[in-house]
Amino acid sequence: MDVIYLDNNATTKVAPEVVEAMLPYLSQYYGNPSSMHSFGGNVSEKIEAARQHVANLIGASPKEIIFTSCGTESDGTAIRAAIESNPDRKQIITSRVEHPAIKNLYETLSKKGYQVTFVPVDNEGRLDLDYLYKSLNDDTAIVSLMWANNETGVIFPVEKISREVKDRGIIFHTDAVQAAGKFQIDVNNTGVDMLSLSGHKFHAPKGIGVLYIRKGTKFSPYMIGGHQEEGRRGGTENVASIIGLGKAAEMAKQHLDENGYAGVGQLRDKLETSLLERVTNSMVNGETENRLPNTSSIAFEYVEGEAILLMMNEHGICASSGSACTSGSLEPSHVLRAMGVPFTAAHGSIRFSLSRYTTAAEIDFVIEKMPPIIDRLRELSPFWKQKGQVNS
Amino acid sequence: MWEYTDKVKDHFLNPRNVGVIDDPDGVGEVGSLACGDALTFYFKLDENEKIADATFQTFGCASAIASSSALTEMVKGLTLEEAKKITNEDIAEYLGGLPKEKMHCSVMGRDALEKAISCHLGEAEKEVEGEIVCECFGVTDVEIDRVVRENHLSTIEDVTDFVKAGGGCGNCHDRIQEIIDGIRGTVHPKRKKSPALTNLQKIKLIEESIEREINPNLKKDAGRLELVDVDGNRVLVRMGGNCASCVKSPVTLKHYVESKLRELVAPEIVVEEVQ
Repeated sequence: MDVIYLDNNATTKVAPEVVEAMLPYLSQYYGNPSSMHSFGGNVSEKIEAARQHVANLIGASPKEIIFTSCGTESDGTAIRAAIESNPDRKQIITSRVEHPAIKNLYETLSKKGYQVTFVPVDNEGRLDLDYLYKSLNDDTAIVSLMWANNETGVIFPVEKISREVKDRGIIFHTDAVQAAGKFQIDVNNTGVDMLSLSGHKFHAPKGIGVLYIRKGTKFSPYMIGGHQEEGRRGGTENVASIIGLGKAAEMAKQHLDENGYAGVGQLRDKLETSLLERVTNSMVNGETENRLPNTSSIAFEYVEGEAILLMMNEHGICASSGSACTSGSLEPSHVLRAMGVPFTAAHGSIRFSLSRYTTAAEIDFVIEKMPPIIDRLRELSPFWKQKGQVNS
Repeated sequence: MWEYTDKVKDHFLNPRNVGVIDDPDGVGEVGSLACGDALTFYFKLDENEKIADATFQTFGCASAIASSSALTEMVKGLTLEEAKKITNEDIAEYLGGLPKEKMHCSVMGRDALEKAISCHLGEAEKEVEGEIVCECFGVTDVEIDRVVRENHLSTIEDVTDFVKAGGGCGNCHDRIQEIIDGIRGTVHPKRKKSPALTNLQKIKLIEESIEREINPNLKKDAGRLELVDVDGNRVLVRMGGNCASCVKSPVTLKHYVESKLRELVAPEIVVEEVQ
């Protein structure tokens, strides 16, 4: 059975060109980039070329880029660096819809005595800017806000917010893991001090991340060790993955420059419009105006997400559900809860996330297969006859 | 990705006996939309008072649907007396086992069956027995007690997996632990329940503990501890006398002072040295 992969916000296919670029560095060119000999030194040159490509993707200078092991490490490094360079400031701010890499770190810091402010969002997933600006004060060490939401794709106005925050002398970090490669980013138009990326969200392998640190930003390393990354991140470089990431960044930038994401957006829109038409009692989670072109979170009322996913799985269709039906606590995702999505809809929310490899034929297949799945599960549901059909 | 048995998958993808019985002899409803799963179970008796037909409607995950489907198959042909004896473990076993995190689905099946039988016998809808322990999912001490006994559960996570209790805010974890301890006859060697102290009481208690317990001991080594501030559970102290220059003072601080304050004041205390 063919796999139809619409779970690209979870991870993406490694581009064949990326694999090709990496392979020599997993075999013949195994030198250590820190070595004096040219066998190692040549590898170092390749790393610097990769750094340039990554910098180009976000409008940064190569010196502002450090390689990490993942988005989570980048996020953690940024937050800890901000706190350490502002030891007198005890308030840290983020939103209520962040990825666990930020959410759980903030909760941990809250137990260590930091005053944490979680800025709310409205029912369309838009950040409450007034609340944010009113929360800023002389005690604020850092504001960290995701650029685009992994579940709904809703984009926060990071350009504007980051300048406001920076004007008040507060460090601004953004988790741009879902944003990178999906729309044009230029850090020069922002007040962003630090920015996190993750390779495997844009067709590089897993296990490689990036932290952008604006020149002049106070920084202290999280991984203390050798002089790698100019002392900002110790540990021998993950050479092959860095080179793969460089290739992936180059390809992502090219794709954006050619307006390739418009095509992805059209497929997403077709999927979304068709499903909303064909399935009653379904709706989009989050605003559709400022949203990633590849993401659609659709709530199918009166059915449960895991059951939907497993039925999709029977057709080889991969997606994610908005409810984490784990360990008995059937709480819908914190993102949907923060948006106030009603339980009827939150439990049955499915996230479709496309990539540049998604084809029109695949989307047609999903449009054909989804409605019978929802119908089937609604036939099983005791709530459907009582509530759904009355409404429809 | 859940590790479901082939039987669970089969009952999920091809559920048996879906639907409503128009003129049922018993109906049992459990769960709610908010909780994430819900089951309505129907049965019809034949002239010999055996279950002739059983159907269900379920909102929920794959294992909830499979457990419901399994239940309807299991009860057919049984008398109500026999059906009453079905436990949640029987349902899970029928399916070749359920992931531990999904055991609450089998409990839901059993509960719906019991309710349907009570409904048939004309027993008034049972008042909620016991007192609510888990506010998030509305689970009582009686339900927790039962599921712990029947399934030999030993941890809070087990209880959450079986009846969801404790899976929300977590405020009821202490109470769940008490129920488990009560049943297992073990007194958990856990912290004494610290009385809720006001800030003022806490600071006074810390001061007293330092003066009466800690400093007399440090004095033996010509050391001294001075309380600088208390911020929530963080106790900021300054080391004086010989302690100030002693290389072992960080060890003393953590091992002796902190554990003493945790014992005497509150288990959450963290001691930090300030210059």
